[in-house]
Amino acid sequence: MTGSAPTVQATAQPVATLTERTELPLARAINEGLRAAMAADEKVLLMGEDIGPLGGVFRVTDKLQADFGSARVLDTPLAEAGIVGHAIGLAMRGYRPVVEIQFEGFIFPAFNQIVTQLAKITNRHDGKVPMPIVIRVPYGGHIGAVEHHQESPEAYFAHTPGLRVVAPSTPNDAYWMIQQAIQSQDPVLFFEPKAKYWMKGEVDPTAAAAPLHGSRVARAGTDCTIVAFGAMVAAALEAAEVARAEGTSIEVVDLRSVSPVDYGPLLESVRKTGRLVVAQEASGNVSLGSELAAHVAEHAFYSLQAPVLRVSGYDVPFPPARLEGMFLPDADRILEAVDRTMHY
Amino acid sequence: MSQTPKLAVDMVDPDPIRFLDAEGRYSPSSSAADYAAELDGVGIEEFQQWYRDMVETRAFDTEATHLQRQGQLALWVPSIGQEGCQVGLAHATEPQDHIFPAYREHTVAKVRGVSFVELLKLFRGFTHGGWDVTDPANGNFHLYTLVLAAQAQHANGYALGQLLDAKLRAGSSALDAGEQGIATGEATMAFYGDGTSSQGDANEALIFAASYQTPSVFVVQNNGWAISVPFERQSRTPLYRRALGFGMRAVQIDGNDPLAAFAVGRRFMRLAREGGGPGYIEALTYRIGAHTTSDDPTRYREKAELEAWRDRDPVERMEAYLRELGVDEAFFAEVAEQADREAKRVRDAILQLPPPDADSMFAHVYTEAHPRIEEQRTWLERYESSFEADEEITA
Ligand SMILES: Cc1ncc(C[n+]2csc(CCOP(=O)(O)OP(=O)(O)O)c2C)c(N)n1
Repeated sequence: MTGSAPTVQATAQPVATLTERTELPLARAINEGLRAAMAADEKVLLMGEDIGPLGGVFRVTDKLQADFGSARVLDTPLAEAGIVGHAIGLAMRGYRPVVEIQFEGFIFPAFNQIVTQLAKITNRHDGKVPMPIVIRVPYGGHIGAVEHHQESPEAYFAHTPGLRVVAPSTPNDAYWMIQQAIQSQDPVLFFEPKAKYWMKGEVDPTAAAAPLHGSRVARAGTDCTIVAFGAMVAAALEAAEVARAEGTSIEVVDLRSVSPVDYGPLLESVRKTGRLVVAQEASGNVSLGSELAAHVAEHAFYSLQAPVLRVSGYDVPFPPARLEGMFLPDADRILEAVDRTMHY
Repeated sequence: MSQTPKLAVDMVDPDPIRFLDAEGRYSPSSSAADYAAELDGVGIEEFQQWYRDMVETRAFDTEATHLQRQGQLALWVPSIGQEGCQVGLAHATEPQDHIFPAYREHTVAKVRGVSFVELLKLFRGFTHGGWDVTDPANGNFHLYTLVLAAQAQHANGYALGQLLDAKLRAGSSALDAGEQGIATGEATMAFYGDGTSSQGDANEALIFAASYQTPSVFVVQNNGWAISVPFERQSRTPLYRRALGFGMRAVQIDGNDPLAAFAVGRRFMRLAREGGGPGYIEALTYRIGAHTTSDDPTRYREKAELEAWRDRDPVERMEAYLRELGVDEAFFAEVAEQADREAKRVRDAILQLPPPDADSMFAHVYTEAHPRIEEQRTWLERYESSFEADEEITA
């Protein structure tokens, strides 16, 4: 037999967690959030493929096994349904498993366990059995990868009662939201904008965190609202900057939580600007954007000066990498929609 | 094997573990010898209790089918014919053990303390669950799972938790691949059927069990059929052999012999608790009734096959054994009467249960507050009460 892994006990020293404001890439911010959550609660454990010595293919779990041992950071057999199914059993036992799915396209072997079991178990048990499981999913395009490595499947999960779905866009949010997701008694799908893993930002472990399911105004403006989450927030901000030079004042709402959606700041923004563009990487048909457009139409109809427009991936399979630039909405395509709504 | 009617695939291989023959005589198969000691100390009162459990479950089961026919249940899943392995395995567990059933393990439910009234709530359309698995009175018997094989993973995940708890207690933070010898003091038993053995989830559970050497015992009741599909479509080899291929201890037993189920179950569960890793038991049995009350088995299986298995009835076999041990007629009459009374009590109780209120749809979708749910819950409340207001106006 080949390939026996060495025994990994936790380090003898207390694990050092982040205490000061620090400039960190988003992936590292999640890593620090996981470390803090694991240090705070011995029932928090990580499960996934290649998350041990390698630290995951994106290094999000870097050195966590060395810090906490191989009974806390479990390099699992290569079977997504098995990982989620076993996380459910562990949660029944009182653990708080944090599962890593290597790429979003590989979550589907576990889809049954997530949708027919994880999402429904608390309900099935009349509330007696909480399911504090986090499923971390690197998602989205812009990395020039092969099939099934660039998709945005959030709508499948947002559609499912019993699940919570969030997607941070900044390192500080990533640091805090992963810890809040772990503390949640409900299952949380944690979509990580993998294109932004290396994007740096200040992480402040000393300031109070915003609520997990709160949306926020990422940039104030008066003429038109753009709503986005995850990696598209950066594109929306870029579009807003360009628009400013052209004399249009854009407000950007960062949704942060995909399910439930905190509609308050969004509706307030639309009531002010009268115009809304939704930007998302996913294909538009029956997407989160569809839901946002419907909700805003139902609740802010008389404030709207123009129909809600959606800028989405086309309704085709995510294309080969050489075409991803055309498939994925960018600042230009968002601005095209802004122009249309402004001149409606 | 002359004892077991043959299916087209020779699933009897090489010699299922058996203590009682079809006539209820104690005549262990050669493969049983090694397990005989597990029966030491099991007295006649215990055997009588097993018999009582089987008879009461069968009476309840029959009553439930009637209730379904009368429109009182949406569906029923009969377990008649499978009580033998269920009663033996259930009694082989210890109170601290956990059990994850599929949906046909009514005898196990009974032995572990779940009330038949609560069990029927699911089939009456009142709930997707029915009993409180966190209440010790329910014997750590988990809810029925209707998506085949999902529970095999939950069970083994639970067993992994038992293992990690033992690690925490021992102050060890490392868990190596295939590491054995971690005594947990408790174990988990998972049930599923021969059809379910084809599911990916069932196979992945075995992979995780072998990899982490979890304290789990998988029980496959091979009842010959998955609805209308015979075992020979699911497998070209006896199922316990597959488990051997996963690197697990695995045996085949006569699933209509409670003693065999008890002896092997006891051994495997003990080994699991002691840190000896997982086990797998293929119990050869037969579903005498329909798959569910929606099924019509005459469309797909031969009468002769059914009759051959009727001759191997686990309840009759246990009765014959008890008679051989000198148990008298009065006992059997009393058990029959009690089972009848109990079935009627369950029937009356289920008909008295108040139906669920609309609020229960919303109450437990999430553990923590959720704006969308709250909004819809309030909306429905108002909508419903608007009718009451209308009624008042017209009255
Ligand atoms: C994933 C899934 N597929 C199909 C079904 C429908 N179904 C319910 S029971 C059953 C047969 C199961 O056979 P087996 O595992 O042998 O168990 P048995 O019912 O004989 O006890 C089928 C096909 C289901 N419940 N779940």
